[in-house]
Amino acid sequence: MSEHIGLRGKAWFQVLTGRDRARKEDPASVLAADATIGDELALFLCVIPNPESRFPCVRDGQVGLEEGYALAYRIREVLNADKDKPKSQKRPIIAIVDVKSQAYGRREETAGLFLAAAASSDAYASARMAGHPVIAFVVGHAFSGGFLTHGYQANRILALDDAGVTIHAMHKEAAARITRRSVEDLERLGQQIPPMSYNVQDYAKLGLLHQLLHVESPLEPNQSEVDEAKNAVTAAIADARKGSTDLGVRWESPAAQQSRRAGIAARALMEQQWKNA
Amino acid sequence: MTTTGFSPLFVQRKSFIELNGRRRAYALFDENTATELVGPFDRAESPWLPMQGVAPQSDDGCIVIKGKISGKPAVAISLEGAFQGGSIGEVSGAKMVAALDLATIDSKAGKPTAAILLLETGGVRLQEANLGLAAIAEVIASILELRQHAPVITVIAGTVGCFGGMALAAGVSSYVVMMREARLGLNGPEVIEQESGKDEFDASDRALIWAIHGGEQRVGMGLADELVEDSVDAIGSAVQRFVTAGKPAQHRSEQVELYRQRIADLDSSRQIDPLALREQWRSLDSKGGTR
Repeated sequence: MSEHIGLRGKAWFQVLTGRDRARKEDPASVLAADATIGDELALFLCVIPNPESRFPCVRDGQVGLEEGYALAYRIREVLNADKDKPKSQKRPIIAIVDVKSQAYGRREETAGLFLAAAASSDAYASARMAGHPVIAFVVGHAFSGGFLTHGYQANRILALDDAGVTIHAMHKEAAARITRRSVEDLERLGQQIPPMSYNVQDYAKLGLLHQLLHVESPLEPNQSEVDEAKNAVTAAIADARKGSTDLGVRWESPAAQQSRRAGIAARALMEQQWKNA
Repeated sequence: MTTTGFSPLFVQRKSFIELNGRRRAYALFDENTATELVGPFDRAESPWLPMQGVAPQSDDGCIVIKGKISGKPAVAISLEGAFQGGSIGEVSGAKMVAALDLATIDSKAGKPTAAILLLETGGVRLQEANLGLAAIAEVIASILELRQHAPVITVIAGTVGCFGGMALAAGVSSYVVMMREARLGLNGPEVIEQESGKDEFDASDRALIWAIHGGEQRVGMGLADELVEDSVDAIGSAVQRFVTAGKPAQHRSEQVELYRQRIADLDSSRQIDPLALREQWRSLDSKGGTR
């Protein structure tokens, strides 16, 4: 696995917002800041490693109890502040994603990590449904429960086109163990079966991504790369405002029409039979 | 129920947990109102499993049944724990999302349609990895849409339990009904032991597992709403009550400040005693905490 988990997230948060510290009421692992993008203010959110966290199982940048509720809190703050504004003026919410996974800890399970993750997912989706453009910008890892908690409810997902970017349900070693395969077998299968691949270009074939962005230096983006990313995020915000507030776009893209044929067919059958039942 | 001979009550009781996913779903509906949609004869199967030498199932492990509960329109979506651990793949996820979205459309059109999710699942089906994860994100989104108009009731009976991403689906539901034999959590014990070591979680310690994830604990600490015994009648009447109750004034996953404070108050310097935490949170609830 990459040794840079969390570093990219922090780097991109910093260049996009000019900040690199958590607010004092938040855990040091959750960065939240308002910053200008295009010609408006947006809320940027990022989860980063906090080696001193009082919860040992989140120290490498996993999403845990404090992270889930802090994200939910910051999003709901914006939801409330903008609740009487027309959709065109609701603040965009940008999730910068570089998360290893959810926290694998006993403390977390005991205190109901599933609800912390659900609360954050709920807040992101509620913001989207209320008309806030919600954009996920994947700059590093986006794994399983970590991604569900932070980013996967976005109306538009952007990702860097880079070998260090991985979007997946489980890291290779664990997935190999559970499906009783070797890591080599898993990699070989990934080349034939796009949903199993760890490569972001294969992920793009699934039709879930809005755009892939190429940069030469994902850990230390230069000014033109930052400008390019800002333009892409601004365009995604405009595109999200034009579209519906649900996740329908993930089914409608030409890539999805191809890669999710079986799911689309099952959905069509359900629609047909529902009416007559 | 009539008493016959010497058989004790638990023998006469019709077990829910012994039913398969399809029978469980049918058991919830008013007589002669239930119809299965996109059933096995429609053969909506996973295209990805055969490519990996795994036999698909003709309902992809997801059973959708529409009908009436207590006279009200409802749809039950049941995951078959015996097929691939109840895991979510492209097709099973699409069936789930479609049924939830159609219930939303009907509800918005003035025909509130409750959804009952029978969750026996370990989460993402790893053979369909990213399409499974994407499906779970969509299931969560669709539950959040529907619950604004009609109740979404998660039932976890066991014995698989509800883990992985689908635990978030339970977390955003309007109500969660559990049996003692059911478990609910983001990470199962084996996963924690593998990722963080035996010192963090000993997956062979049955007592610890039930103390943390078990139905009695989850309901006791206010993270689920009702504990029911293993009986078709008990589950049926709990579901009927929640269908009739309609959507709650506030959902659990919206109570961010309350839970954020509870987490802030935790002593994280050592492992947390589940029973002590349950008692503490329950005493807070009786003072008007969670609904």
